[in-house]
Amino acid sequence: MPGTAELPVCDIDVFSPAALEDPEELHRVLRGAGPVVYLSRYDVRALARHEEVHAALADWQHFESGSGVGLANFRHEEPWRPPSVLLEADPPRHDAPRRVLRDILAPSALRVLRAAWQRAAEELVEQVLTSGTGEFDAFTELACAFPLKVFPDAVGLGPYGRENLLPYGNVAFNSFGPVNDLVRADAHRVAELSAWVNAQCAREALTDDGFGARIWAAADRGDLTRAQAPLVVRSLLTAGVDTTVHGLAACLYAFATHPEQWQRLRERPELARVAFDEAVRWQSPVQTFFRTATTDVTIAGALVPEGTKILMFLGAANRDPDRWDDPDRFDLTRDPSGHVGFGMGIHQCVGQHVARLEAETLLTALAARVEHIELTATPGRHLNNTLRSWASLPVRVHRTR
Amino acid sequence: MVVTLEISAKEAVAEGVVALTLVHPAGARLPDWTPGSHIEVVLPDRTVRHYSLCGSRWDAYTYRVAVLREPYGRGGSALVHDTLRPGDRVGVGGPRNHFPLVPSETYLFIAGGIGITPLLPMVQQAELLGAEWQLLYGGRTRASMAFLEELTAAYGERVHIAPQDEVGLLDLGSWLGAPRLDTKVYCCGPAPLLTAVEAACAHWPAYTLRTERFTAAEQAAPVRDVPFEVELRRTGRVVTVTPDVSVLDAVRSVGVDVLSSCEQGTCGTCLTPVLEGSPDHRDSILADHERVANTCMFPCVSRSLDDRLVLDL
Repeated sequence: MPGTAELPVCDIDVFSPAALEDPEELHRVLRGAGPVVYLSRYDVRALARHEEVHAALADWQHFESGSGVGLANFRHEEPWRPPSVLLEADPPRHDAPRRVLRDILAPSALRVLRAAWQRAAEELVEQVLTSGTGEFDAFTELACAFPLKVFPDAVGLGPYGRENLLPYGNVAFNSFGPVNDLVRADAHRVAELSAWVNAQCAREALTDDGFGARIWAAADRGDLTRAQAPLVVRSLLTAGVDTTVHGLAACLYAFATHPEQWQRLRERPELARVAFDEAVRWQSPVQTFFRTATTDVTIAGALVPEGTKILMFLGAANRDPDRWDDPDRFDLTRDPSGHVGFGMGIHQCVGQHVARLEAETLLTALAARVEHIELTATPGRHLNNTLRSWASLPVRVHRTR
Repeated sequence: MVVTLEISAKEAVAEGVVALTLVHPAGARLPDWTPGSHIEVVLPDRTVRHYSLCGSRWDAYTYRVAVLREPYGRGGSALVHDTLRPGDRVGVGGPRNHFPLVPSETYLFIAGGIGITPLLPMVQQAELLGAEWQLLYGGRTRASMAFLEELTAAYGERVHIAPQDEVGLLDLGSWLGAPRLDTKVYCCGPAPLLTAVEAACAHWPAYTLRTERFTAAEQAAPVRDVPFEVELRRTGRVVTVTPDVSVLDAVRSVGVDVLSSCEQGTCGTCLTPVLEGSPDHRDSILADHERVANTCMFPCVSRSLDDRLVLDL
């Protein structure tokens, strides 16, 4: 590759099971190697320091998303599905879908959901606490159960087939990496899962009062085209489930391993929002995204040639010691503002306020009923090319009296 | 961060129209915007005016606005023309967009006079998208119409220039007589033009016509240039906010955490409930009715109109 001679080279397979299982050592190596590192395995340049990752995320003019935000370069590779009109689009085509979804998911628009989600969280916590011995898998019983209960309802999905949501998300987030064993493992399910998800995006499949119906109403007003509307619904279903599930799991894992932080949250439940963002910083449920240089771009003296991919390590940036004091510590006294776990700039997670509301309501309900939470066995990781995800989180909780 | 931008250039672009180029004093990126957006500019007399962005958003480091001298206006345009100079700094809010360009195969843009400003980035965008589009551009005289050469040189026959002293009023009847389902009509200009276009489009399908009306109905109070107090009611603290710091930073300085992310008034993370007082909203997020409700604010960019603001923190 031209212009790589002067760059630090890393030959680690950053999508190998070992790297995905425990990315922190890899992140240290990448951050230490330099502001731009050449990944010889994949012939791409990588950014792992907060300053460069933050700047590249914001700079849509020089780093486009329309050529795909995974390893595949849509300039000469066929996408596995019709590209997202949000995640995999640039201005000007990105504008209308983004505006419509931003307004539907704005904090002020979510206010009507708060009371219902609070109730749902309290009911779920009560049910989990009273139905067993106080030992359970917090990943399935809480981190999966809560988003899968409130979010599909808010979108307006029908009752059937919701079990397809997590497997579809797993496929979608694996697709941003190379075609490795993780991608091959699910290859036989792609057609079936895609067909189910696409069918849910139709107006007729959605209730008339959810986010989905509001997206279609925007198409009726001409704010979107009718061709864009189902793809915007698909974005909700792709990006809105696994991310929050693993974000909540990150929170629960953090508290199970940091009992003093749980006590702090119990004393000050209003810290729930900060706690979620600190967990997102600390674990970075979305670990990586790619961009493509729109022209020859120089980052910290290193050339990124036009049309080539860069890989941004959000998880590494979120633990960059040049940006964060004691970055490996999960700490509610820290101000996690400015983390890039939701991205930054025009593509920053449009559902972040939904995720925060889910986390806030669940953590608040738990803090009111649970005195102490601890692991009973080593939690199980699930490997995904993009997501820092979980398979199990066995815990024991002590209820308040 | 307080958003203060520096005027890096000022040039006459037509009779009675000057264009200002604004940059961040430290050379930082400016908040992103979309065609149809305006910014709020705090003039030297501390009044606020709204100006449409008419530059290129592919340049993340400058904003361009064009200002018509309005002899019967409230004096803001005279200040811009006569007082502001390159090197001067002005407070800026937004960008906000009440006039977004929605997807369409065909567009008809109708500009009256200085109403060309929001449409300028729109025609660039329509061209980029490969849409069919035409621009009907009226003005008093050719010399008074900004960006004429720029438009005709770039787009040729798509641009229809109609100076009133040469051809009379815009012939809306022949342009808008027959409704077309595939066309969106965008109009910006003086109130009589908007009224005429609305009437001419009355028989067009709903949501076809999109207009921007520059209203001066409610004159907002002048922006403060003196400190104000912020009471954090739950914490029981009071902090003085001086003109050079943001409310967010002031609140943090007394040890109260407010989660934030973009710190540009665009992402919505630092939404804070307001219990008493009137915020001076500078964000890109709240709708007008949400602004006047005074029940919440984004302390990363927004400030106070009153001596005291009480927040639920």
